[in-house]
Amino acid sequence: MTTINNNNSQEKIVIETHIEHHHQASARDWKRYFSFSTDHKVIGIQYLVTSFFFFLVGGIFAMIIRGELITPESDLVDRTFYNGMFTMHGTIMLFLWTFPSLVGLANYLVPLMIGARDMAFPRLNAAAFWMVPVVGILVIVSMFVPSGSAQAGWWSYPPVSLQNPTGNLINGQFLWILAVAISGVSSIMGAVNFVTTIVKMRAPGMTFFRMPAFVWTVFSAQIIQLFGLPALTAGAVMLLFDLTVGTSFFDPAKGGNAVLFQHFFWFYSHPAVYVIILPIFGIFSEIFPVYSRKPLFGYKVVAISSLIIAGVSGLVWVHHMYASGTPGWMRMVFMLSTMCVSVPTGIKVFAWVGTIWGGKLRLNTPMLFALGALIMFVFAGITGIMLSSVPVDIHVNNTYFVVGHFHYVLYGTVTMGMYAAIYHWFPKMTGRMYYEGLGQLHFWLAFLGTNLNFLPMHPLGLQGMLRRVSSYDPQYTFWNVIASLGGFLLGMSTLPFILNMVSSWIQGKEAGDNPWRAIGLEWLTTSPPEVENFEEIPIVISEPYGYGKSEPLTLNS
Amino acid sequence: MKKRRILLLMITAIALSLISLWIGQLSYGWLPPQGTTEAILIDQLFTFLVSLGSFIFLGVTGVVIYFVMFNRAAKYDWSDGPAIEGNVTLEIIWTVIPILLVFWIAGYSYQIYQQMGIQVGHHHSYQSIDIETVKTVDKPFETIEVIAKQWAWIFHYPESNITSTELHLPVDQRVHLALRSQDVLHGFYIPAFRVKQDMIPRETIALEFTPIRQGNYQLTDSQFSGTYFATMTANVVVQSKEDYETWLKKAAKQTPFLADNQAFSEYNQQSQKMIKTGWPSITPAQPPLVNYQ
Repeated sequence: MTTINNNNSQEKIVIETHIEHHHQASARDWKRYFSFSTDHKVIGIQYLVTSFFFFLVGGIFAMIIRGELITPESDLVDRTFYNGMFTMHGTIMLFLWTFPSLVGLANYLVPLMIGARDMAFPRLNAAAFWMVPVVGILVIVSMFVPSGSAQAGWWSYPPVSLQNPTGNLINGQFLWILAVAISGVSSIMGAVNFVTTIVKMRAPGMTFFRMPAFVWTVFSAQIIQLFGLPALTAGAVMLLFDLTVGTSFFDPAKGGNAVLFQHFFWFYSHPAVYVIILPIFGIFSEIFPVYSRKPLFGYKVVAISSLIIAGVSGLVWVHHMYASGTPGWMRMVFMLSTMCVSVPTGIKVFAWVGTIWGGKLRLNTPMLFALGALIMFVFAGITGIMLSSVPVDIHVNNTYFVVGHFHYVLYGTVTMGMYAAIYHWFPKMTGRMYYEGLGQLHFWLAFLGTNLNFLPMHPLGLQGMLRRVSSYDPQYTFWNVIASLGGFLLGMSTLPFILNMVSSWIQGKEAGDNPWRAIGLEWLTTSPPEVENFEEIPIVISEPYGYGKSEPLTLNS
Repeated sequence: MKKRRILLLMITAIALSLISLWIGQLSYGWLPPQGTTEAILIDQLFTFLVSLGSFIFLGVTGVVIYFVMFNRAAKYDWSDGPAIEGNVTLEIIWTVIPILLVFWIAGYSYQIYQQMGIQVGHHHSYQSIDIETVKTVDKPFETIEVIAKQWAWIFHYPESNITSTELHLPVDQRVHLALRSQDVLHGFYIPAFRVKQDMIPRETIALEFTPIRQGNYQLTDSQFSGTYFATMTANVVVQSKEDYETWLKKAAKQTPFLADNQAFSEYNQQSQKMIKTGWPSITPAQPPLVNYQ
């Protein structure tokens, strides 16, 4: 009997070591990234790489737009194609770059940061990801149907979006709505997964006020997705019916209400901007302490501010509609609510400044990107306050001033913040170190390109140049030429990034588990972490960001 | 030591305020000429926001750049910074001050908005403009109908039964417009006037303002209206009362003719762009019949 028992346990050990070996080998197996994997880290990287591909596509479209606008006349492309370009640029950059890339990053980091082995629903997670390529294919295919792609802008306001020049059932607008609806379903699935994971899967001792600020921001952002997305998806379905079946929810010619769509659209799409920006705030809150060697200043207030921003964000959507025949009292109410967002946001900005105050700064690429993004975010915040003021907005609404503001948020802050995150966690994801010199070159090109491209849009807007025009009055030429050159520079700035990522992944130096000497559960495991992340689930005993203190983060370390 | 720091901080704050005020004054130059009383009010608010914004931006950026320059870790210094986790007083200050600022900005914006006396919808109440330097007639002279369609502007003067592709307005008089769209959303926007209002099909929206400067301006469509959106512009002529009357009489004598229309002629031409995709467009509406172009 005893011998058999011995044999059994030996066999068990053999099997276990075999599994372990298998895990260690597979953590670097590239084939996993092309399969239907349920590992949150694989899915995270799948999201990041897929969305970056679409970022490049959207970027090429942006450069076609800037190419047309380098001269006042409409001379490069047909006007219909130009309208398709800015519609696709906006759609791809939002629904196929910013959203999925941030979901990808959160997918990779949240389970590691809270000490979980995976997301709460791994299969749902994979299903949500695989809908992204479907959305991408629909968007690309829509450019090859006879009608051409959707051309009504990424807002797709009716009645323009309901005008169907070819009369075909399958037209660009139809495919666009389908893509947006699928993207919405994918995001709702993701949101359910994130909220459940954060509420239910935290390691022992990981109380809410021991969660890293990034997790707080993902939590707040995904709650917005849960309550906001149904409105957009409903609006999209009604628009689809108006377009194909002939209902008249939004078609004034048949007694519908065109402005109603704007409410459906912005009720989600304004909070959506906070879905995008909140995780970037989280990235700032992670990166500044590491490269300043100081705890995050006012951690609890920063954490709570995320939830407050999420709450207030649901009450500001009409500020996009000041010119849409909105009555005066409503303009005033939404002006005040919009301005209120600046209070919790300001708290965060001051907290980051407080974090680097008196710190020991190291300007590695992630820190450079985070600092550059912070400065551009402050600028975007100030123009944002100007836009919230009704009288000023009446002048600059729908002009390039808004486009400039928006791109300081979406490129200057979100994309730059995203780059900061990719460089910072690259050693964790791949086990290898990127090339610092290429990273710094990337930063300076991107920083210069962003400002050259988007700063001139502010004077253009103040002078009255409208967004979405394919030709313009020659008085606006000067700033447009600068913006176009900046745009091309910004396009070029991605080349050192791609070179850096590809070559470091293949042959970069081994990075070790924690090259930044950072504090956080993700840095306690191997790089790249094996399947199921931790050999032993950590027991958390202190708050995050214990820089300058000697207390350990976990019991087992 | 502490006294010196406070003094230094105060000097910096004063210098920063002066620079911000100066940038605020500069910002008048970033805007088009002030064609209406509304423009004067909006510019006042805008320059105030620029000053305030400059103060905050320069303050935050200055502090960040200072730390980047003087708080760098030495090459082999791997130690941590001080473990400062927060400061309640400081956090209260930087919560309360923004709240006060928000109410200040919102209050000021509200005040300007009231002075502009904008009406939206169908209410006709003529509020006076609270600017002493400009003498204007507050009561509108006539309701001019503005009609937008893909892609043309049409202005109808009902009293003289004139239709025009140019909007003529007398100076120093309150203008009352009735905005209508025949197909999709359009937007009425004259940058030099700082007024903008969307036009919604099947609705008549009232818009009022007071031009105070003679000259030629451009009206543009401010809400994306499809393929030839960018071509949808019209001349706006603000002239003296006499010139305006003369123009009305002259135009009334013209027999109506088919106006030139850029969208219509572009649509009927072969594409001359470098890259031709041939994506179809909605057919533009017929060019309008007008007495004056």
